[in-house]
Amino acid sequence: MKEILEGLVWVILGSAIGGPARYFVSGLVGRHIGETFPWGTMAINVSGAFVIGLFAAAAIGGTLPTPAAWQFAVTGFLGSYTTVSSFSVQTLALVRDGQFLRAGGNVILSLVLCLSAVALGYAAGSTMLGAGV
Amino acid sequence: MKRTEEIQAKSLPSSHPGKARRWAVPETVKLYLIVSAGTVIGSVLRALASIGTLAWLGPGFPWGTLLVNVIGSFVIGFYATLTGPGGRVFAGTRQRQFVMTGICGGFTTFSMFSYETFRFVQTGSWPMAGLNVGVSITTWLVAVWLGHMVASRLNRLGGV
Repeated sequence: MKEILEGLVWVILGSAIGGPARYFVSGLVGRHIGETFPWGTMAINVSGAFVIGLFAAAAIGGTLPTPAAWQFAVTGFLGSYTTVSSFSVQTLALVRDGQFLRAGGNVILSLVLCLSAVALGYAAGSTMLGAGV
Repeated sequence: MKRTEEIQAKSLPSSHPGKARRWAVPETVKLYLIVSAGTVIGSVLRALASIGTLAWLGPGFPWGTLLVNVIGSFVIGFYATLTGPGGRVFAGTRQRQFVMTGICGGFTTFSMFSYETFRFVQTGSWPMAGLNVGVSITTWLVAVWLGHMVASRLNRLGGV
């Protein structure tokens, strides 16, 4: 029980900055590129996928100091920085607008880029830490 | 949707018109704090869902991530339509950011979904990776659509 509560404290700390970071990035991308296509959410999810790959390589390579580091950075920060709810509601909005090509493009591109990003992040992390992929 | 929110926010009378200005916190800062608070709530619920599903259903399939992403998609679809233009419930910018950007955003996670799919690929479980992607994307989108439909139905109901 004590372990779970301690873990939750790290999750709380990480998420307290992960959510605002997402809010900042989506606003930034939205202002600069426009909001006709959800590039903001895409940028967030792809960058978050890359970093989770890095952390996973560190965790598996044994260079992540404690479970607390994972709870703070991955479950807390990255878990709350990235979002499925925005992705879903933005895809639905495109469908309801009759923009089926953009809706489909959002789904395919998000999946392809996020899965590639996590693999790339993992490979980069493994290389930096000297472990085999 | 965004423009409507701004108009709604501006046309709202101040709740404390006579209140001293020296404690005034910039609106942007307030929104960041509100998003942060909502995100913490969503993330703690996500962590608990993960612990709970792991204990109940085991580590074979990432049920926890699927569960939070499906529920979060339903809730955002429901809430966005219920409080959006033409919705029967009024919610200001702060309340909408708290629930959608904060709670729903913190509750759902794309990074963990990506990583768990990658883990399947890494261990050679290609069918499981494909299954996770297929089931996830389908259930997320069905959930957000269902949430939207239920709220639309409520919006069209007569009465208060």
